Amino acid sequence: MKNLIKNKNNIIIFAITIAVYVLIMILVNAGLLSRQMTSIIVPVCVNVMLAVSLCLIVGFLGELTLGHASFMSIGAYTGALITMNLTTLPVPVAFAIAIIAGGLVAGLFGILIGVPVLRLKGDYLAIVTLGFGEIIKSIINSLTVTGGAAGLSNIPKYSTYKQFTLIYIIMVLMILLIANLVNSRHGRAISSIRDNYIAAEATGIPVSRFKVTAFVISAVFAGIAGVIYAHNVGILKPGNFDYNKSIEILVMVVLGGMGNIKGSIIAAVILTLLPEVLRGLDDYRMLMYAVVLIAMMIFNNSAFKARLLEKKNLKSSEKEVE
Amino acid sequence: MNVLNSIIEQLINGLRTGSIYALIALGYTMVYGIAKMINFAHGDIIMVGAYILYVFVSLLHIPAIPAVLLTTMACAVLGVVIEKVAYKPLRKAQPLAVLITAIGVSFFLQNIIQLIFGATPIPFGSIIKIPAITLGSITISGITLVTLIVTTICMVSLTLFINKTKAGRAMRAVSEDKGAAELMGINVNGTISLTFFIGSALAAIAGILFICQYEALKPTLGALPGIKAFVAAVLGGIGSIPGAMLGGILLGVIESLSKAYISTQLSDAIVFGVLVLVLLVKPTGLLGKQRKEKV
Repeated sequence: MKNLIKNKNNIIIFAITIAVYVLIMILVNAGLLSRQMTSIIVPVCVNVMLAVSLCLIVGFLGELTLGHASFMSIGAYTGALITMNLTTLPVPVAFAIAIIAGGLVAGLFGILIGVPVLRLKGDYLAIVTLGFGEIIKSIINSLTVTGGAAGLSNIPKYSTYKQFTLIYIIMVLMILLIANLVNSRHGRAISSIRDNYIAAEATGIPVSRFKVTAFVISAVFAGIAGVIYAHNVGILKPGNFDYNKSIEILVMVVLGGMGNIKGSIIAAVILTLLPEVLRGLDDYRMLMYAVVLIAMMIFNNSAFKARLLEKKNLKSSEKEVE
Repeated sequence: MNVLNSIIEQLINGLRTGSIYALIALGYTMVYGIAKMINFAHGDIIMVGAYILYVFVSLLHIPAIPAVLLTTMACAVLGVVIEKVAYKPLRKAQPLAVLITAIGVSFFLQNIIQLIFGATPIPFGSIIKIPAITLGSITISGITLVTLIVTTICMVSLTLFINKTKAGRAMRAVSEDKGAAELMGINVNGTISLTFFIGSALAAIAGILFICQYEALKPTLGALPGIKAFVAAVLGGIGSIPGAMLGGILLGVIESLSKAYISTQLSDAIVFGVLVLVLLVKPTGLLGKQRKEKV
């Protein structure tokens, strides 16, 4: 019975994935979308990737990082430098190398940050990741290879909406990988570290290994998202990847409900589309983010919500009695 | 002699920025000690303080000293209001939720100021008009002098307050054990409010000193000193008041020396690198207490 429900769910998710793809392809090819909307398709995918990868650390591992944008910047710069210098190779090969290398280099830095991760936790870890992000930003700012503060421009645009199919496949693969990881034995180990790491350690879960693994996976995915971002906008500046960008990704994960991949995806889509739809309200966008963040947190921990949940439970138990 | 002079001048510069960091770090550390939360919005209180001073001095034409006092009061009250509205409902929530709320408050303050005053920097002259003094071949500017004197007074009086008065003892008791303090008849809510009041007042003073140095107002002005001061608090061991002072001054000196002798662009990287290294060796900071984890 349980397997049947699971299969049914999988089929529904599969159907939705295909439906979204077909819908967007129809809209784009029929020319029903304005230029602004077509230009935002890829950024939506990039943000979904970032949100899902951060969800693994914040939602499932239960550690707060404030430096996710730095992994993205490492991927973006690596990828951009590769495609800008490997002009002799055919485009698909160069782009494939860029994506793989971007992910790998970001993953290497994920291992690097993994060392403090093992020693620190909670607030201390949050501040170290923030510091890590600032270090990466100022190093990129001072190197000549990366163009310094002026950044890189004229990056070939290999990931515009015309390559939507490829980007969509990468995004879906990423989501599937994380969703399957989370539901697997390893994923449960990661969640157990979040819930009670002493108990997890006592039951024989190698806490250190899983923590670093989660960080590396998340970094690799953020790096890949960065490569796609770089080849979509064509210009990179160190200022694009500051602390505010990390917070923006964090807001998506928090709004989606921590530890909920579907929620993260939906929040990422809405939060990327919202400013485009509400162009006139752009000044108030960040203010709204702030108010929503505070309100969500207070609501989540309020007596009001506890009472609502109680009522809901009461009703469902009444139904069972009937 | 020249090299020595320039080193001494850089050290004094470092001491000046460092003592401002220390003032801000004190606010972080006090709030952390009592409420066990990182008040991310603390850096933005500095910014709000600078803007309030601008309103009082440039728009309402209030003389400097009353304007400074009014600004300090206004920020202190703002700190208490933020605590009551945003943090108090979350006192029993998990730390992550509180931290995210604090980030939300920080964004809120930045954006509300941006909506009122706009994002373009507003030039604002220093209110400290004291001539520089020369000691031998070293010149110390008036602002540096005032900064050092004011921060020293603040730190000494805060230390005396915490160690000698009844309210200070209550604060230490609450940070040690909230439940037991409540049983002893200490007004925990009042003590937490008092902590936010003092911390925000110190942030306002730091903001005023900071704006006298940089002379331009913008909504994101508090972010960088806020983060640096936070790093200082963590470096010194968050929750420890002497640690915050030590961390702040150390950070200022490191920053100023690396700006002068290594690279301006890499100075931030060096500062954060020092933090990461210190935390790897001593995960609770230089003067922080090591707490054993119990099941």
